[in-house]
Amino acid sequence: MKTKSRIMRLLIKASAFITFAALFFIIAYIIINGMPNLKPSLFALEYTTTNVSMFPSIINTILLVLLTLIIATPIGVFTGFYLVEYAKRGNKLVEVIRITTETLSGIPSIVYGLFGMLFFVYRLEFSYSLLAGTLTAAIMVLPVIIRSTEEALMAVDDSLREASLGLGAGKLRTIFRVVLPVAMPGILSGIILSIGRIVGETAALMYTLGTATKMINGFFSSGRTLSLHMYVLSSEGLFVKEAYATGVILLLIVLLINGLSTYLSNKLTKGRLD
Amino acid sequence: MKKISFEGFMKGVFMLCATTSILAIILICYFIFSGGVPFIMEYGLKEFLLGTSWRPSNTPPAFGILPMIFGSLVMTLVAVVLGVPIGVLTATYLAKFCDKRLYKILKPCINLMAGIPSIVYGFFALVVIVPLMKDVFGGTGMNIITASILLAIMILPTIIGLSESSIKSVPNSYYEGSIGLGASHERAVMTVVLPAAKSGIISSIILGVGRAIGETMAVILVAGNQPRIPNSLTKGVRTLTTNIVLEMAYAADAHREALIATAVVLFVFILLINAIFLIVKRRTLN
Repeated sequence: MKTKSRIMRLLIKASAFITFAALFFIIAYIIINGMPNLKPSLFALEYTTTNVSMFPSIINTILLVLLTLIIATPIGVFTGFYLVEYAKRGNKLVEVIRITTETLSGIPSIVYGLFGMLFFVYRLEFSYSLLAGTLTAAIMVLPVIIRSTEEALMAVDDSLREASLGLGAGKLRTIFRVVLPVAMPGILSGIILSIGRIVGETAALMYTLGTATKMINGFFSSGRTLSLHMYVLSSEGLFVKEAYATGVILLLIVLLINGLSTYLSNKLTKGRLD
Repeated sequence: MKKISFEGFMKGVFMLCATTSILAIILICYFIFSGGVPFIMEYGLKEFLLGTSWRPSNTPPAFGILPMIFGSLVMTLVAVVLGVPIGVLTATYLAKFCDKRLYKILKPCINLMAGIPSIVYGFFALVVIVPLMKDVFGGTGMNIITASILLAIMILPTIIGLSESSIKSVPNSYYEGSIGLGASHERAVMTVVLPAAKSGIISSIILGVGRAIGETMAVILVAGNQPRIPNSLTKGVRTLTTNIVLEMAYAADAHREALIATAVVLFVFILLINAIFLIVKRRTLN
């Protein structure tokens, strides 16, 4: 019996070791091999086939993230408001919305990409453009924002709402002045997670945003994000060094984003204990 | 009076926003299905799903996607076989074997693992796993096993996250009761707590399967992408997802419609997986 327990413990520890070792190995491998390839010419203002600059892609990524959030955040947060603050228990609409958000979050990004191409690029004739990419990405991150808003709002103590309403504040005032500030860290960490998803996205953007190498200069201009840049470089196989360097930048962004989101959710749980 | 109407107006705005996701899913279904189903009708459902040759540029062209369906399923199956035990046991470790201070470091690592872009995973596999496979099995190194190992790593955070929370939500009295009856810590966890968390663990696996079937950009770099039914795990393979990305750039007319039809098949798979997930989850709640 004792040996059985010991084997079990060993297996569990070995599994955990494999998981975390894989993660650290991937990060360390890319960063160690990529760092020496970070040359100043990779950050030149213009992309040429000789410098393979990733600077335009970085600007494009930032533009795409900002625009997507401007569209998706209000819609997602307001959906959360409706689901948690307004809808009554057992409301059929709420049920349907929950199922659709769940389904949306399970749809593979390539299906989003194809939909974006068929609808935004061809039907609405946006062609490969920032607008088409933004709208596609906004639908993709919507479930993430809705879910995190919902969870953050539900974690807010009902006595706060009752106190505010009891003091004569209206429903809107209660939501914006009392509930929202308390739920803010949770909502923010959802928004930060969405940033991570947009930054890492490739399949959904390839046929909506396109893969042009220049810097985006308008809603109907095409460009590539950092992830798309890395995909093109690694699938061509000609610029492995540059792909490594792009990988380093991507990993650093992801590390930063995750650090922020962990910090915020720690803050949230602390706030709840007070 | 004015205040009340503003409240009502904002409620309307919130409700309108809430219907956006419903509108989105209707649009997605409409455009994917209306783009692909007519082609399937015209070409023949049986020929499309069970045809073994994909030769879009032949005259007449052949659009059989059985190799891709087979590729997606086999790759996912191997990834699940490799990833699920490691994932569930890691979740067990996080929930029951790991001290608090270590947990505070390891838990964010799982989130980080989920946040790494798939292209970075794919690139890593391309420069590390592919050469390794080349040495071991010969050939190009781009084969089912390579892609499955990569996918197994990529589905770990999904499986671990959900499994861990379901293990943690098992009432502590189960564990205590088992310990009180003389079981060791390991035995109590493995034979009492884990079975009680079964449905949560199963839904985490279903979600992992969905992620594996839908993964595209990482797989495309390492799977070899040959559109034929492989006769061994060390052969290259093409999946439903990669078929779309590889050829969409230059496809026209029937070929393009065939690719959208490929997405229809993928979409139906995903909707089925989602439905199963929702059913399992609902059963857990009741």
